[in-house]
Amino acid sequence: MRVYELLFIVAPNTEEGDIENLITQLSDAATNQGATVAKVDRIGRRRLAYPIQKYTEGYYVVLTVEGTGAEIAEVERRMRVADAVIRYLTVRIDEDLKRADKIRQRRLARAAAVRAGARGRRSEATVPIAKDDSEEEGEEE
Amino acid sequence: MSSEPREHGRRDDRPPKDGRGPGRRFVRARKSCRLCAEKVDYVDYKDSRMLGGFVPERGKILPRRISGTCAPHQRMLAEAIKRARNAAFLPFAGD
Repeated sequence: MRVYELLFIVAPNTEEGDIENLITQLSDAATNQGATVAKVDRIGRRRLAYPIQKYTEGYYVVLTVEGTGAEIAEVERRMRVADAVIRYLTVRIDEDLKRADKIRQRRLARAAAVRAGARGRRSEATVPIAKDDSEEEGEEE
Repeated sequence: MSSEPREHGRRDDRPPKDGRGPGRRFVRARKSCRLCAEKVDYVDYKDSRMLGGFVPERGKILPRRISGTCAPHQRMLAEAIKRARNAAFLPFAGD
């Protein structure tokens, strides 16, 4: 199962109702193909860092979709076709989340080891390669 | 001994620059990774305020040598900043 974040920006002159329609339309496109929409995040109206199609503002929406990956193509096609969508970005996040989780687990394990006073146990102390600084922090906890 | 003070001043951060000629010694405090200090596991491209701290005026990604970010975090940051640019959270080029 893959997790994707579908971010799209709706033109600022779009009616509220139309935005809602668009969101349901796109989520339906995903669900019809077997994916599930885990989350709909309406970030809302926001200033764009640079103009897109002459707009300086946009309405941001993020859909978190779980699926096999095949559904994404259809949703992307729809976003490309929809005039109200001025920009979209699809990011696969499951791998990143997994990695983040691993780092978190490792840190917790390390903190626990430090708390247990297992200072001499070298095998645990040398596991972390990535984060030097958080090790010192962990001891204070 | 002239090589003594280098021993405890800095660690791994700086590659050996010997042979580049004398007199290029900058003594600066060792920077530490801001993301490690905050225990960030995942850099979200939607968090433009946080990313903005690593993107100076011009819109370029702040190099590690300036920000002191550790390598794994710098990789995450770079990826997130590039995504954020496409989503118009950050500019491709500032003023």
